[in-house]
Amino acid sequence: MQRSKIDVWVGLFVLLGVAAVLFLALQAANLLNLNFQPTYQLDARFTDVGGLKPKAAVRSAGVLVGRVEAIRFDDKTFQARVTMSMDSQFAFPKDSSLKILTSGLLGEQYLGLEPGADEKNLVAGDTISSTQSAVVLENLIGQFLYNSASSGGGSQAGKDKK
Amino acid sequence: MLFGPAFRRFGLIRDQIHFLGNYSLAIIAVSGLFVGFVFGLQGYYTLQRYGSSEALGLLVTLTLVRELGPVVTALLFAGRAGTSLTAEIGLMKAGEQISVMEMMAVDPVQRVLAPRFWAGVIVMPLLAAVFSATGIIGGWVVGVLMIGVDAGSFWSQIQGGVDVWQDVGNGLIKSVVFGFTVTFVALLQGFEAQATPEGVSKATTRTVVMASLAVLGLDFILTAMMFSL
Repeated sequence: MQRSKIDVWVGLFVLLGVAAVLFLALQAANLLNLNFQPTYQLDARFTDVGGLKPKAAVRSAGVLVGRVEAIRFDDKTFQARVTMSMDSQFAFPKDSSLKILTSGLLGEQYLGLEPGADEKNLVAGDTISSTQSAVVLENLIGQFLYNSASSGGGSQAGKDKK
Repeated sequence: MLFGPAFRRFGLIRDQIHFLGNYSLAIIAVSGLFVGFVFGLQGYYTLQRYGSSEALGLLVTLTLVRELGPVVTALLFAGRAGTSLTAEIGLMKAGEQISVMEMMAVDPVQRVLAPRFWAGVIVMPLLAAVFSATGIIGGWVVGVLMIGVDAGSFWSQIQGGVDVWQDVGNGLIKSVVFGFTVTFVALLQGFEAQATPEGVSKATTRTVVMASLAVLGLDFILTAMMFSL
């Protein structure tokens, strides 16, 4: 009698603990949405990947279609080589282009895929060549300063000479 | 010495799981809930300054799963279950029950210590998971129900930012290590206690102090090893 009561309570306790682990794995870490679906690999070259990280999302029209697998440096072209695993159920034209976008003002960076118009589709191992690099804030400011110096800075320099 | 024989008599372990786990459940669940409440409030207060209050769920979940779940559970477990283990074994020693067992050729390590040890190791990760889960629910109650953070982005931020192995898995590994540590310290202090009332009282105090310090120190080392990327 006493024994079986303890059995039931211990069983309930273990069940509750396992339920908590499952809650963490399924609801919080979203294990169900982990891709167990077949994928195919695509490559892309970027002059600057900015803050892009492995596991970042690849989105087309805002919908998740793949993930960044790896980012390496290619010392032949001096470019970044980004490997992506794309969901097999989506195919994209050969002349699709990629750009690095930021979700929100300070959010994490992801790849935006814009489909092209080619009749052939990208297949596993293909490389996307038309890419747009990440916007690096320092470059942007540098460009802005350079532009304002070359347009409005002339008269300023003239004044200094006097 | 600790492995085989202890598991052959699983009834002993089960009784200890009942004693250590079920009786600690209330304090763990209630603390988790309130830690979640507080995190919801404080996190929202800080995050809304930067206009990113949607990240509240992610903040609460990552802190709980990675750090606070295992650590606070271990500290509470040391206070709730570790002390009672030390006192029980210390008093068994004071009442010469341990010596009697040895005289009857019953190994007290196998009969008394091993079941308690393994029960502690089994119970800790489950309690830590309960703590984290109730904490997330607490953060959800405050963030979504009371303050009005959007429920959809609350959960999608969590699901986008929490990794099963990196975060949840490492948190579970931590709690197993803490289970080892706390139970081991508690049993050792009880077994080594002087067989007097003062000895048992000192041993109980030492259990809490040493287990807490060990957990906090180990947590730093484990965090540095797991999340040093």
